[in-house]
Amino acid sequence: MTGNMPFLVVGILFFLGLYSILFERNLIKIAIGITLLEASANLLLIVLGYRNGGSIPVFTLAGEVETMVLPTPQALTLTAIVIGLATSALLLSLIMMLYKHYGTLDVREIRRLRG
Amino acid sequence: MNWSVHLPALVIAVPLLGAFAAPVAGLGGKPLRNLWLVTVSALTAILSIILWRYVQVEGIMVYVLGGESWALTLPSGLSWPIRIILEVDAFSAFMAVVGSIAALAGAFFSLRFMERFSGLDKFVSLYFLLTAGMLGMELTGDLFNFFVFLEIASVASFGLVAYWRDRPEAIEAGFKYMVVSTVAAMLILIAVGFFYGRYNAVNMAAVARMMRFGYAEKIALVFLVASLAMKCGTVPMHMWTPDAYTEAPAGVTCLLVAVSQASLYGLFRVCFSLYGTSLGSSVVPWTIIVMGVLSMFIGVTMAVIQKEIKRLMAYHSVSQIGYILLGLGVGLLALNDPQAMAEYGFTAMKGGIFHLINYTMYKGLLFLTAGALYYAAGTRNLNELGGLARVMPHTTFMFVIAAAAIAGLPPFNGFVSKLLIYESTFAVYPILAVAALVTSVLTLASFVKVFQTAFLGPEKSVFQHVKEVPATMLVGMSILTIVIIGLTLFPTWSLAHLVEPAAKALVDQAGYITAVMGGGL
Repeated sequence: MTGNMPFLVVGILFFLGLYSILFERNLIKIAIGITLLEASANLLLIVLGYRNGGSIPVFTLAGEVETMVLPTPQALTLTAIVIGLATSALLLSLIMMLYKHYGTLDVREIRRLRG
Repeated sequence: MNWSVHLPALVIAVPLLGAFAAPVAGLGGKPLRNLWLVTVSALTAILSIILWRYVQVEGIMVYVLGGESWALTLPSGLSWPIRIILEVDAFSAFMAVVGSIAALAGAFFSLRFMERFSGLDKFVSLYFLLTAGMLGMELTGDLFNFFVFLEIASVASFGLVAYWRDRPEAIEAGFKYMVVSTVAAMLILIAVGFFYGRYNAVNMAAVARMMRFGYAEKIALVFLVASLAMKCGTVPMHMWTPDAYTEAPAGVTCLLVAVSQASLYGLFRVCFSLYGTSLGSSVVPWTIIVMGVLSMFIGVTMAVIQKEIKRLMAYHSVSQIGYILLGLGVGLLALNDPQAMAEYGFTAMKGGIFHLINYTMYKGLLFLTAGALYYAAGTRNLNELGGLARVMPHTTFMFVIAAAAIAGLPPFNGFVSKLLIYESTFAVYPILAVAALVTSVLTLASFVKVFQTAFLGPEKSVFQHVKEVPATMLVGMSILTIVIIGLTLFPTWSLAHLVEPAAKALVDQAGYITAVMGGGL
């Protein structure tokens, strides 16, 4: 049971993120939703990569161990975190410029493009 | 060692180098920067064409990054596919050629088009990053690597869509596109996580080989299909397409069209090569077909009522994506049944893939002509344009060719691919062919309207000072025009040499797997 707890956290984070992207009206809250979605994806990768009773994937520090965690998902997660950083920074700077142009952060008022 | 072994890596590395060295080239002033933009784009296009030739002669190419073999062999004898590979079959190479030609045309066009604006070093950097991301998505053989290149292409395109940042509309379009495409990318990452959890591998061929169609695979498939359909702008998720295509500078829109094709490529790579025959039921093919028909019809009906020329064309690109989805969806439907495949499935796939190259070429050209109109006349509103055929004869000529091709008038290339799709979908369900035909008629109607209002009619006094656009912009447009005319004049050659190998490569899942995995795992 406790082994599945991390997946529950991933699910909760994912749906929280999706909810705030779909239903929030403040641009900053939408950005927070996207960050939550990224966090859930990263957590999922890390959790999937862990093996019960496994040791850290560093030879010199691990000592005498039977199972070692494969470092691939951790490398993937690092890459994903870096990409997430770039998108968050760009997202926030776009929000800043939207605020400069429209004077509001409400999505209902930022609707010059339609039809 | 033969240098052509390194072609797949070179095709990605050259634009990547172009991107990071662009600020250095910018130190040399305008001439050096322009030279850099054109040279690197041309080199990328030439390399992709060589790669395409090479793949045709030698078969599927596998390139391992940073090692001799794709697998890590432990001292205990356990071998596991962990290295990143590029796998290029005829379909990938075909997509790379299409994409890099569109990038070259957009680069030529942007030389003069962007001249009035500042920050051009960054523009050139982002343009090359977008090209590299697109080519990477098309050549990679690794699921996680696909996600990385998708994000490279996405982040570069957010910057380019919002390039005119003094326009509120551009920022708004960029933000919308960014939210949609980041959500899509995260769904893809979660799907990759599912595959890793099940198979301990993210290598496409390895996953495809071990594929057992269970719950985790179904969830991953839903995530992948939904997110890639979102990225290429099919109907329920199309709302970002018109905004982003309209607000991006014209040369970039031409490249964005090719980038959306890379997402489409990912969709079909996942459906055909990753899942392939293990899909079993016809739920996924029908989902794709229904999405295709909806995109065709809703896209074109939205386009007919538009007044802004680029927005109108953007809605048409939603509807043209529908044709490709329809053709390849019918092919996917027939995948498990050799007889159906021979009767109509393969024709549908040929139609879909031929339409893919046709669509990229004429849609890119249409966006460039719209950009030329905007450059010369200073407006994109159809109600204000008029009588420009006299002052802009070359642009008019190229617009007519592109419009005839997209409307599917015989003998243009659009007619050939649409005919293949009509023929084959009629065998599945006649109503599909009817929907495609009606869409085609409406497309013709709306382009007649554009031609009539923008180019014909009495000369307007406001446009007396308007001149033909500069030569480099015409060069950019003529590259695409020449390809369209070539495809029009030699449909048999292009079907036999361009389209058929690509369609065969897509169907041949076993070939895709054995090219990497060899005999066993």
